[in-house]
Amino acid sequence: MSIRKDQGRFRDIIKGRVRDNLKKYISHSSMTGKSEKDLVKIPIDSIDIPNFRFGKDESQQGVGQGEEGQGDGENGQPGNGSKAGSEAGDHIFEVELSIQELADILGESLQLPALLPKGDKNLKALSKKYSSLAPVGPAGLRKFKNTYKKALQRSISSGKYNYANPNVIPNKPDFVFKSAKETKKPFAKAVVFYLMDISGSMGDAEKQVVRTEIFWINAWLQKHYKGLESRFLVHEAKSWEVKEDEFFRISASGGTLISSSYDLCLDIISKEYDPADWNIYVFQFSDGDNWSGEDSLKCMSLLKDELLPIVNSFNYGQVESKYGSGNFYKEFERYNLDQHEKIRRSIVRSLDGILNSIKDFLGKG
Amino acid sequence: MANLPPHLEQYRKIIESRAKDLGLDFFNTIFEVVSYDKINELAAYGGFPTRYPHWKFGMEYEKLSKSYAYGLSKIYEMVINTDPCYAYLMEGNSNLDQKLVMAHVYGHCDFFKNNVWFSKTNRKMVDSMANHGVRISRYIDRYGLTAVEQFLDRCLSLENLIDRYGIYNEKPKPQSEIVMPNFNFKAENPYMDRFINPPDVIKKQEEKFISDKLASMKYPQNPEKDVLNFLIFNAPLDDWQQDILSIIRDEAYYFSPQGLTKTLNEGWASYWHSTILNHQDIMNPSEFIEFADKNAGVLQMSSNSYNPYKVGIELLRDIEYRWNTGRFGREWEDCDDVRERNNWSKKTLLGREKIFEVRKLHNDVSLISEFVNADFCHRQKMFVYKFDPNLKQFVVDTKDVEAIKKQLLFAMHNFGQPMIWVENANHDNRGELLLKHLHEGHDLQPQYMDETMRNLFHIWKRPVCIQTKMNEDEMIFKFDGHLFTNKKVDS
Repeated sequence: MSIRKDQGRFRDIIKGRVRDNLKKYISHSSMTGKSEKDLVKIPIDSIDIPNFRFGKDESQQGVGQGEEGQGDGENGQPGNGSKAGSEAGDHIFEVELSIQELADILGESLQLPALLPKGDKNLKALSKKYSSLAPVGPAGLRKFKNTYKKALQRSISSGKYNYANPNVIPNKPDFVFKSAKETKKPFAKAVVFYLMDISGSMGDAEKQVVRTEIFWINAWLQKHYKGLESRFLVHEAKSWEVKEDEFFRISASGGTLISSSYDLCLDIISKEYDPADWNIYVFQFSDGDNWSGEDSLKCMSLLKDELLPIVNSFNYGQVESKYGSGNFYKEFERYNLDQHEKIRRSIVRSLDGILNSIKDFLGKG
Repeated sequence: MANLPPHLEQYRKIIESRAKDLGLDFFNTIFEVVSYDKINELAAYGGFPTRYPHWKFGMEYEKLSKSYAYGLSKIYEMVINTDPCYAYLMEGNSNLDQKLVMAHVYGHCDFFKNNVWFSKTNRKMVDSMANHGVRISRYIDRYGLTAVEQFLDRCLSLENLIDRYGIYNEKPKPQSEIVMPNFNFKAENPYMDRFINPPDVIKKQEEKFISDKLASMKYPQNPEKDVLNFLIFNAPLDDWQQDILSIIRDEAYYFSPQGLTKTLNEGWASYWHSTILNHQDIMNPSEFIEFADKNAGVLQMSSNSYNPYKVGIELLRDIEYRWNTGRFGREWEDCDDVRERNNWSKKTLLGREKIFEVRKLHNDVSLISEFVNADFCHRQKMFVYKFDPNLKQFVVDTKDVEAIKKQLLFAMHNFGQPMIWVENANHDNRGELLLKHLHEGHDLQPQYMDETMRNLFHIWKRPVCIQTKMNEDEMIFKFDGHLFTNKKVDS
């Protein structure tokens, strides 16, 4: 049907508009914490074909009908009566997009490559689809049309069919049922760990940056991996796991021992995720202000010896706080890990820098 | 006509024959019952099942289906002016709704066939629209979606620049003729003539005169209100662009009469749906309340907007009443005695005849200016409102009949679109296009004007100007492809 095409084209145009102003929408904090199916309303300037038309006149005159003095009710207020032309372009069109669609637009505008399951860890999952027919089955799945056709064929070919009194009674062999067919689908198991520093040095603004970025990374990854598991870990001097919704709200204070979160992460992996079956991704965000060089050393050795061999990629994002940038970012260079193929680093300066940072992490596929 | 389920077909037959008995005269009308989604789709396409592909239809569809989904609006009827007429009924409406719509549709069909403003319409528009669709799709295949869509957007932006009333005037426009002066000197003797007025010199002089004259003459000689047509023939366009522009123009002209007769057409159809339905064969007693409710909904007065159904039907009823009781003509106009006027009763009984004449000859503008009078405004409780900036609310401005008429007519004249024509295609002798807007008290919307000029520039490919009044000053606005400039015009 052609309207679907025109509607699709219209939605493309809208998405184009959204893409042009993506930064504005992405950094909007009201979106973080929504689930991927949630719809968000995005106001965009009305899409309109311009023509020569009359502007609004100040007196806003028009013709109405009715009793005088009833103009105080809800409908009583004269609005735009038989005024010439239509209103000027100050009305706003609201589009509804799901978080998933927004993540799509994000991917398009950053030209992020589609993520594909890596390595030979791919499994084939079986899925059922009712796409074939069978002579036996439950009555609920009976296909009336096919059954009737067969019965009709049989009765005509057997010469029992009476044109004057066309009764067709299906017999047992005429029945046709819908039946399931099993198909194999590529399937990947993947888990993402998000590690966030919530120590005292991370202010509200920094946390907001981190949360927003994590939210969109998660939305993008969720879109590409069906059944992706996300684990949210937070740490100060010690580390613990939180639920997703809690993760986007939590606040705490205290010292910073980054290694604690690595320990916890490794612990969870060893208990629940066998690296042979799972694609594992880690995203760590911090202001880079670790308690001691000693702990940083511990981090690097944990990373090098235990984490890197089992994860698909390790991503570190450092937020610049008002106390300046920490030095954890540089530790990677000190221990010759900055060139490691599985490690990606990025510095986020503000909400506006989120798009670039996401590109740093996901841009290489 | 097996398109309708039997119970509706049965009523359709009764309604059709009753409509014919009452004097309506219409093309064969084909009804179809369609789902809400299909009716939204058809409405988005202006009633036609096949149009050229464009996102504006998609936008319209999205708006319609959203407002249907939220229960804000519902399309009851749709009818297209072709021969035969096609009309759509919405699936799932109550029986009474369907009957009401069918009767209403017959009213419209009669109007389409007989009103003089529809006399120029292409009655095979379904086919033409489908052809337009095919042609534009082919251009898309050949020149790419982006190029064609962009050009379509530009054409649609100029869609309202047509000569809505001009097509009814078949007299050719007067062309001013060049009067050749006499270059010959008077010769005393005829034989000297050859020497005093050497033919080759005279001929040269005449040729020079004509070429000078042509160069100084402005083009077009007379203001050209059909701007689209002017562009089709004079703008430097490729063949396919020319074709698309002419498609847009054709469709604009097709829809134009419906805009010019909205009030009369809806009033006429509403008059007939209530007249036709008021019959025991069509409406059974249990449906009266529902009918009254539906009818009242369609005809409700609104203090904040103009309801063409209401004003149209009341005007027609008023006309019928006046011509039935002889309240017209010199004698009536001259009568000042209130009591006599109130008791005026001459059994002229010309009402029906008169409204049939009205439906044949009038459009909204002539209807309002001829038949709206103080009595009518008073009875219909009509008023002009305005926004009071001190009270921050809308207040009744006046109930004066002339003010009401002026307000209504302004909104209806030229379908509420500004009157704009081509003044000069060689403005400043630089091949610039000068449009002129007839300013009648309302300024053009400046941002839209700029955007439209941008589009016009891409079609004309030379600087474009428009002369209009802005904030009391007569101005010429110009767009040269990069910059917008403006200057005051000394009058």
